[in-house]
Amino acid sequence: MGCVEALNYEILIRDASFKECREYIKSHFSESIDVEPGFKIFDVHTIGVPPIAVGLDGDFVIFPYTKPCHGTFLLRVQDAEEAARLRALKKAK
Amino acid sequence: MEPDTHSSKTALLVLGCPQVPVQTSIALYLISRLKSSGITPIVAGNKAANTLLFVADPDRHYLGEVTDLDRAVAQIVEKKRDFDQCFVFIHNDAGISYAATMAAISKARLFVLIYGEHQGDLVGQITFPCTKIAAKAVHNPLPLKKVIDEVAPWAA
Repeated sequence: MGCVEALNYEILIRDASFKECREYIKSHFSESIDVEPGFKIFDVHTIGVPPIAVGLDGDFVIFPYTKPCHGTFLLRVQDAEEAARLRALKKAK
Repeated sequence: MEPDTHSSKTALLVLGCPQVPVQTSIALYLISRLKSSGITPIVAGNKAANTLLFVADPDRHYLGEVTDLDRAVAQIVEKKRDFDQCFVFIHNDAGISYAATMAAISKARLFVLIYGEHQGDLVGQITFPCTKIAAKAVHNPLPLKKVIDEVAPWAA
């Protein structure tokens, strides 16, 4: 089971709606991939209304993280390996 | 109440943030109804939501298995476990996200319980297949209980 606390993340938006996070990614990042709920990013299963947008910016991965009491956070994590994995998945689609 | 160890059907109750008072009351009511119908309820919530249930039912007359919400999601995604029915408690945007996730990852028949001050707006945002059980209930659980009784999901 994943724990987001193990990641060195930066919060771009907090207490947002899933829709706001999707729109933020689409408008702020030229590169993104749509994934289904439950898709694993790092060690975290994504929660949300499909399609869930995940942003890519160089070595950074930008993804939504939902907590029942605090809405959805948009997190930015630097990880070249995960960014490359997501790019490869996008290419394969 | 009969022990639930021989039940064949299972139901997952996905709790939301417990800030709206009716959640704990309705969860215990639903658990009771499900158990009486031979369905084994499993609760998945965050620490606060689960603790409210533990304290309300110290001798576990109603509660059976209780698990962490993230763990339940992981088990379903990884195909280690699934359920016959899934009830998602919704009173905010996060609740819709969890319900949409359950609709996508689980084969369970999905029921969403929508309540709280903004239940009307929330109902309109739900476009995935599910049975909607909605009432403007915040402190008083009876309006939501009434709709649940009309739907009678334990008989589905």
